[in-house]
Amino acid sequence: MATARTPRIGEDGKEAPGPLFTTVTLIVLGVLALAVVFPFIWMLFTSLKPESEIATYPPRLLPRTWTFENYENVWNRIPFARLFVNSIAFAGGVTVVSLALDSMSAYALARLEFPGRNVVFVLILIALMLPFQVMFVPLFVTVHDLHLLDSFGGLIIPRATNAFGIFLLRQFFVTLPKELDEAARMDGCSEFGIYWRIILPLSGPALATLAVFHFMYNWNDFLWPLLITSSLEMRTLPAGLALFVGSHVIEYGVVMAGAVLALLPLLIAFLFAQRYFIQGIAMSGIKE
Amino acid sequence: MTIAAGVVDRAQRTSPRAPVRRPRRIRKQTVAAWCFLAPSLIILAVFVFWPIVYSFDLSVHRWKFSADAQAWVGMANYERMWRDARFWNALGNTVYYTVFTVPLGIVLPLALAMLLNQAIPLRSLLRSAFFLPVIASFAIVALAWRFMLDPDIGLLAYWLSFLGFPHVSPLRDPNLAMPSVILASLWKNLGFNMVIYLAGLQSIPQVLYEAARIDGANRWQQFANVTWPQLRNTNIFVLVISVIGAFQVFDPSFVMTPGGGPLFSTDTLVTYIYHTGITNLNLSYAASIGIFLFVVVFILTLIQMRLTRAWEQ
Repeated sequence: MATARTPRIGEDGKEAPGPLFTTVTLIVLGVLALAVVFPFIWMLFTSLKPESEIATYPPRLLPRTWTFENYENVWNRIPFARLFVNSIAFAGGVTVVSLALDSMSAYALARLEFPGRNVVFVLILIALMLPFQVMFVPLFVTVHDLHLLDSFGGLIIPRATNAFGIFLLRQFFVTLPKELDEAARMDGCSEFGIYWRIILPLSGPALATLAVFHFMYNWNDFLWPLLITSSLEMRTLPAGLALFVGSHVIEYGVVMAGAVLALLPLLIAFLFAQRYFIQGIAMSGIKE
Repeated sequence: MTIAAGVVDRAQRTSPRAPVRRPRRIRKQTVAAWCFLAPSLIILAVFVFWPIVYSFDLSVHRWKFSADAQAWVGMANYERMWRDARFWNALGNTVYYTVFTVPLGIVLPLALAMLLNQAIPLRSLLRSAFFLPVIASFAIVALAWRFMLDPDIGLLAYWLSFLGFPHVSPLRDPNLAMPSVILASLWKNLGFNMVIYLAGLQSIPQVLYEAARIDGANRWQQFANVTWPQLRNTNIFVLVISVIGAFQVFDPSFVMTPGGGPLFSTDTLVTYIYHTGITNLNLSYAASIGIFLFVVVFILTLIQMRLTRAWEQ
């Protein structure tokens, strides 16, 4: 094996690229990565410029005068605190409730024996394939008829369970050894006890991945809050900021400060829980 | 005895139509199961299944939100679609968007994933950089794109003027608005497909590459004979979800070019449904366009299932 032509093997057992290849790759990827990150850098620097400087021509990337005035003004020019609280309540509420209901359904489908189980599972799979975008108009009428428009109930209840979440957790619960439930049942544990004290504690990583998925999806979602809410007091950050730009005299710096603050929570979460973000994406790729 | 009973029960449970030997216990589990499922099933029934059924119902009626009565109109809404220039425009724009975002949204992430799957320095930092737009809200970063392309304040518009572009916002030019939306979408979704391709690449057994190298295959031959065929299912999956996603595009068009863009050049199916059903409250006609989109997505899903199954057999 140890001939001159044998490719060098890298740290993870792959063919290690040569130094020239590595250098060229690094330069290409570095330039591309900078281009991809550029809009975020531009947002940050714009939010740190005084309004007069943003409107000067020709535009510059770096501020001449660094200022935090946009971050002070964002609280009174836009009802930013209200939008932020709404986003937390909406995304946080959906995450908590959906995690509970998804895992309960997944438990029934993965661990319990009952007539009609396959029918229910097929129904979940069908729900998984029905996209929200094709039916949001009748859904809007349904939410209206239930008198839930422009309320947290209207935002959260229709999202309180998720076919993808049920499917994902079901696939995970099926892999846990059946002996656990059997033993607990012999000891007289209730089904809820088995779910709550045995299955859930063993499913930490799957639940964390789904929690990140739910929170990110709803924190970032635009069409749903746009549809359900109509007053500025009920808007979430994406819908509130986008519509604010559409309907008011724009102060670019203030809007960009709001945008940076709206992106910050997920950015921080991403730094600490990168694994769960990536897993969430990779898992949605495996759901085929 | 108890252990044996458990084992028997387990064997029985896995067989599809096992005779019910423990009716009491099954009955207990049945009650528990429906209690666990009830909240989810009610929500899915009211907010997923009913709206789909209601879509079909709406589409054969004529109903404005203000009116009390719904008049049965049969296929009239669908005939109206056939004659509606704005529907065809929205469909054409959606296809335009799809034709550019899907192939580029496959080739670029695959290339990135292959480069980032090598043992190169700064690998995880670079991966995170490409992934960054994925975790951001599209509506919010679309605002940033809109400002960057604004000729009065935008750096990108300023740089474009050096390349000979006229000093107006590309978002106000009917020929440049959609390419701008496409560019922003490619940027936003690059990291998503990259992660799926990285997962796909990492699931390819290394022995295949070792065998190929022993046979003297060069990098290109390894790609053509190992990587590409092994990625078949990933490719089908990425292709289908990309096309389905592209047909449902809403956020970048709505935020970067409100109102359908210059001469409706960025009006997509979903922004047109929104305009028709929510802005103008013409619910029955909007529902009909929704049904059209539903049929497209349904066919694409069937194609994916067919292709994936054909491969597995």
